[in-house]
Amino acid sequence: MAIDVRIPTILRSFTGGSKTVAGSGETLAELLSDLDSNYPGLKARLITPEGGLHRFVNIYVNDEDVRFLGSLDAKLNDGDTVTVLPAVAGGAFGMAAALALSRPPSPQPTAPALRG
Amino acid sequence: MLTIEQAILDAIVAHVRRDHPDEACGIVAGPAGSDTPTRHIPMDNAARSTTFYEFDSSEQLRVWREMDDRDEEPIVVYHSHTATEAYPSRTDVSLAGIPEAHYLLISTREPESTEIRSFRILDGVVKEEPVHAVQSYMFGQTPNSVDYECRG
Repeated sequence: MAIDVRIPTILRSFTGGSKTVAGSGETLAELLSDLDSNYPGLKARLITPEGGLHRFVNIYVNDEDVRFLGSLDAKLNDGDTVTVLPAVAGGAFGMAAALALSRPPSPQPTAPALRG
Repeated sequence: MLTIEQAILDAIVAHVRRDHPDEACGIVAGPAGSDTPTRHIPMDNAARSTTFYEFDSSEQLRVWREMDDRDEEPIVVYHSHTATEAYPSRTDVSLAGIPEAHYLLISTREPESTEIRSFRILDGVVKEEPVHAVQSYMFGQTPNSVDYECRG
């Protein structure tokens, strides 16, 4: 069960600079735990202490945002590609107000993960 | 310093003016490692807000794939502030997730004049840089080039 995972620049400090890493798991949650055993600290940049996906991280299974696939419960199959991208967001708003904005279908109002 | 073609800057300004008073956003892609922004890609502001912007996640994946296929990267990430100055807000700094990009801010609060400023945002630290507008990258050093001085 091999899943290719594409890592954005800002998280490559956790993967020794690698742009793509391999992992395994039946679900996204299992995959992230597997990755964290090889690349410690990576998972904490993607998942909140409460166990949800960070609000400003996008994770895709093949072409689909995992928020449409059950989030951390998204099912994975051998040969799938998982892509991690930093959400591109900001604006004149204060952070508290920004975080209060909901994002369908499953808002995850949490602190930003991908900062430096 | 950000060196960028005047025609691309003009297209960015036209985009953010068109979407005013909502914030507008987009990128300028360029060959990976070149630091040369060549392909303007206006993005939807999924937040459709006067004070917040966010790329649509599906559009972002499509555009990022396309850049990968063309061996490009986002050289410039831009957005507008429609009632405040062209300086990164705390939100902008906290959410800046592309350390290699020039963050270009455009203020549309004045109807007649447009403020354009560029920044590097790394580890929560904002560093302003000059914007060097050129008629063409081939003839970048002609007297036609215009430097926008850093302010603030």
